[in-house]
Amino acid sequence: MNNCLSGNEAVAYAIKQINPDVMGAFPITPSTEIPQYVAQYVADGEVNTEYVTVESEHSSMSVCIAAQAAGARSVCATSSCGLALMYEVLYVAASCRLPITLACVNRALSGPININNDHSDSMGARDTGWIQIYAENNQEAYDNFLMAVPIGEAPSVRLPVMTCMDGFITSHAVENIELMETDVVRKFIREYNPENYLLKKENPLAVGPYDVSPYYMEHKVLEAEAMKAAKARILEVTAEFEKISGRHYGLFEEYRMEDAELALVLIGSSAGTAKAAVDKLREDGIKAGLVKIRVFRPFPSEELARALAGTKAVAVMDKSEGFSANGGPLFAETRSALYDLKERPYLIDIVFGLGGRDVNTEDIEKLFGRLANIAVTGEIGPVYTHMGQRSKEEKA
Amino acid sequence: MSTVYNLKREAEKPARLTGGHRLCAGCGAGIVVSGVLRALDKEDRAVVVNATSCLEVSTFMYPYTAYMDSYIHSAFENSAATCSGVIAAYNALKRRGKVEGTVKFITFGGDGGTYDIGLQSLSGAMERGHDMVYVCYDNEAYMNTGIQRSSSTPHFARTTTTPVGSVGQGKKQNKKDLTEILVAHNIPYIAQTAPIGNFKDLHTKSYKAIYTKGPCFLNVLSPCPRGWDYPTEKLAEVAMLAVDTCVWPLYEVEEGVWRLTYIPKKKLPVEDFLRLQGRFRHMFQKGNEWMIEEAQAYVDQKWERLLERTGA
Ligand SMILES: Cc1ncc(C[n+]2csc(CCOP(=O)(O)OP(=O)(O)O)c2C)c(N)n1
Ligand code: SF4
Ligand SMILES: [Mg+2]
Repeated sequence: MNNCLSGNEAVAYAIKQINPDVMGAFPITPSTEIPQYVAQYVADGEVNTEYVTVESEHSSMSVCIAAQAAGARSVCATSSCGLALMYEVLYVAASCRLPITLACVNRALSGPININNDHSDSMGARDTGWIQIYAENNQEAYDNFLMAVPIGEAPSVRLPVMTCMDGFITSHAVENIELMETDVVRKFIREYNPENYLLKKENPLAVGPYDVSPYYMEHKVLEAEAMKAAKARILEVTAEFEKISGRHYGLFEEYRMEDAELALVLIGSSAGTAKAAVDKLREDGIKAGLVKIRVFRPFPSEELARALAGTKAVAVMDKSEGFSANGGPLFAETRSALYDLKERPYLIDIVFGLGGRDVNTEDIEKLFGRLANIAVTGEIGPVYTHMGQRSKEEKA
Repeated sequence: MSTVYNLKREAEKPARLTGGHRLCAGCGAGIVVSGVLRALDKEDRAVVVNATSCLEVSTFMYPYTAYMDSYIHSAFENSAATCSGVIAAYNALKRRGKVEGTVKFITFGGDGGTYDIGLQSLSGAMERGHDMVYVCYDNEAYMNTGIQRSSSTPHFARTTTTPVGSVGQGKKQNKKDLTEILVAHNIPYIAQTAPIGNFKDLHTKSYKAIYTKGPCFLNVLSPCPRGWDYPTEKLAEVAMLAVDTCVWPLYEVEEGVWRLTYIPKKKLPVEDFLRLQGRFRHMFQKGNEWMIEEAQAYVDQKWERLLERTGA
């Protein structure tokens, strides 16, 4: 099926096809449309999901946690402050090993309050034990949400999954996308039949103990092992998904990286802009390339190191600040991934696009210019700068 | 089943909260919880939801659970939302033929988890109308973290954040009336009770709350020997005095109709209740008589209002 849908509608449509048992619903721009669409599906009898209109995102995640623990497949959607309000219970979801699926429509965090896109919300939740998969466009937003279900629910994983798309840029822009047939989706995601759950008659279950030091660490290690195991499961699911959709996905996408000497590493919709810039530079004979990270948790460390091994200079583009005074979170991960390479490329970090600040192909071309210079001179200059801000001299 | 209360028959039911939990000796919480759960019909299953609290850390310390039924704890402020989620799952799975039999949903939160940090979650769940019982076991302070004041702590009570000193005289504010806040939600059944006598009041109200359709709320006074500073063996006496002094009146509001369920034969002076407890000791020092007078005046005024409301 070919359709013209916004990113939000695409995810809502995925939810309709999944027909989850439970959804927690609370509005926040720019994810609000997702629960709105689902409310209409419920009203029209197109799904028989138990749709719980909670009084906050904290409760929305709490409802999903409890429902999933009780044996139900649960989903929800949020953005920005909503995700931040869930912060405490995101850990509870992951540590209880509950494969909830959450659509995070990325938006800047307050303050100051700002409704536009950056990645500070989901990056703030990167260490909560959730799998994180980011979309570049509407098609990926739809596909990722569907793939999240069999990834999270696999017995080797049993972790919640956050699928992220860029607020407004992806969530509100209407694009042509390919939808799957519902029966194909149902077969792909399978029935949710957990082994143990609160409502199981034969065997009462207790969830969420007070855990003392002789056990807590073992439980955390199990959770960490599950996150490691998720990598293989993600690749299994993407392979299965390719068979039914014809669309290929990996842990990240390499764009013109075969012989690239200068490369960018980034996440999300800006990949579209970056690809256009790469194409233009390639026409001029510059060996430019791009790595678009799709799976941020688990972080594809070895794979990324391999992909960047042949490059001379790399710019990581972080769409969130991080306030570490040492670069953004994607930079920290990438730099750590490259540490074990015998010969490492030069590496810089560009924080960009905060609160919806635009980035265009010229900005990216300019950045490649800087990389070319670094590759030749070996002079990195400032390691970590901000792109496109007006108050300081633009360094990128 | 006979609806006439019979302690012996009730006590013979298999306990749903087993012994071996780690609540302090003389703690009211264990008695309240086992009393409420005992009201479940034998053949019915339950899912117990619990907010972070003394009760939670004492009854489900990994790998031991004291509950015979399924149980979930998630966090401090979200127990009502958690119960909503379990019920949502029940409705969904029932509709899809994946769960059989009757399951009842009972949430326990302390006063901190109910009057304070969990009030929003509770209000939301009550307004949405989930078929649950929310039980606040009210020991009038944050006991699990070492006796800090909550909005349920009564006027003048000494806690670790309302200490008594040369200037400080315990808590400055009156106790929040949570039961009335719940009445304002227009839910089918609300009651205030306490573990006294042969537990008939606690049992009857628990049974009604569990078997009334829709959201129901019980506020149960739950004495804490550590926080209230009284000898452990005086649990029953302290609870009885709270009721006989009208500090903690027993009443219910069923479909909007207020009813007193216990009228003391002789309304005792508030100081009889206060005197037993170290948290009020400073009120009995010379020069502090006004505190006892104020406490008495507050109780009298609340009691008069309750008499009017209940038409007693
Ligand atoms: C969000 C959050 N804030 C604070 C705490 C610390 N904490 C745990 S239990 C508790 C007090 C519980 O008081 P109450 O609900 O009255 O139950 P009690 O222990 O008195 O029975 C506090 C403050 C927490 N676990 N979570
Ligand atoms: S501190 Fe109080 S409420 Fe907590 S277990 Fe001990 S007696 Fe019970
Ligand atoms: Mg308390």
